[in-house]
Amino acid sequence: MRISVEINGRAYEGDVEPRELLSDFIRHGAGLTGTKVGCEQGVCGACTVQLDGEAVRSCLMLAVQANGRALRTVEGLSLDGALHPLQRAFHEAHALQCGFCTPGFLMSMDAFIREHPDADSDELREALAGNLCRCTGYLGIVEAVEHAANEMREGNAQRD
Amino acid sequence: MKPPRFEYSAPASVEEALPLLGLDRTVLAGGQSLLPLLNLRLAQPELIVDINGIAELDYIRADDGPLRIGAMTRQVTLERSELVRRRWPLLHKAVRLVGHHQIRSRGTVGGSVVHADPAAELPVALTALGARFHLRSPGGARALDASELFLGPLYTAREPDELLVEIEVPEEPDGAGSGFAEHARTHGDFATAGAAAVVAPGGHARIVLLGAHPAPARAEAAERALADGAEPRVAAALAAQGVEDEHRRALCAELARRAIEEAMT
Repeated sequence: MRISVEINGRAYEGDVEPRELLSDFIRHGAGLTGTKVGCEQGVCGACTVQLDGEAVRSCLMLAVQANGRALRTVEGLSLDGALHPLQRAFHEAHALQCGFCTPGFLMSMDAFIREHPDADSDELREALAGNLCRCTGYLGIVEAVEHAANEMREGNAQRD
Repeated sequence: MKPPRFEYSAPASVEEALPLLGLDRTVLAGGQSLLPLLNLRLAQPELIVDINGIAELDYIRADDGPLRIGAMTRQVTLERSELVRRRWPLLHKAVRLVGHHQIRSRGTVGGSVVHADPAAELPVALTALGARFHLRSPGGARALDASELFLGPLYTAREPDELLVEIEVPEEPDGAGSGFAEHARTHGDFATAGAAAVVAPGGHARIVLLGAHPAPARAEAAERALADGAEPRVAAALAAQGVEDEHRRALCAELARRAIEEAMT
């Protein structure tokens, strides 16, 4: 089936079998390998991308279902070469070691913080539960996300 | 793993979808349970009928009294609904515990009902609320209540050519309170046990356990006891009676107590 998907503002076209997962189309069809594939059962969160602004598991969608929709992947997170506040905070707080889970964390938490700009520490931790990390022990990730949430909130305040 | 080969159809309306349903054909709603089953090749349908394009099944309204939820309504839409939070707070409490936010953004209310996982929150809450489930087939339409629909683990009375189109939730009695409590080993994981309770003046009591029985069912002896003035702890212990496995029984008794006390405050 012929599909056309907008990813990070650019149109990608491809021929896919109905059974092709969106995660595989992103990586192999569009060549955007920032999105990682872990468990393929919706548990680990590594493949999380944003579909029309909502965080979704790309391994739990068929590529055909994204036809005509707009996706955002980790490649679309930085703006004009400047790191996103979450990316900067992850870097500074040592919130990654191998980095395999990081794109999923970033895309999940960017969507969550935009919807819940006033989320407190407990709510941020709850939101983090949908992504697994095998390296860090999470403390750095929690610190990074709390820091970035503050920064994103202040950024919004300045724009208002 | 990757899904097996299947044919794919994406009808744009219920009328178009109904003739496509049948044996060896699977309805794809939010896909948050079906896609793992496909990826693990535990499901191998010939045809997948993707109902995500059926806009007429995506609504939450309460114009004529009861809450009406279209089967394709995303769980996140239910979670964000002010109407639901205000007038059917049990549903709001329950849906917040479904998976993770990245799951609720795709998962649907109807999909959760039809999948009928004994550890799923929405079937338990809907059973406690006395919901009716509206099914359509090429031959007609029927409505079932929870005790008629939920038959066992991953097993409902829905026929292969039937499509769940709407969930109807009656208005809660005046002065009703509700509570939902569950225990999962890690947040967002499938719950080991849980309980929903709705209590209103005049002897209205509904108690339903999660993960305790093959299908969600009202704990009627406990409800009667509570309506007759029993302490929450006593009613909760009655509700948990008969739950197999000592640990789960203890969890159910404690979680039912919490749900009942939350409903009564």
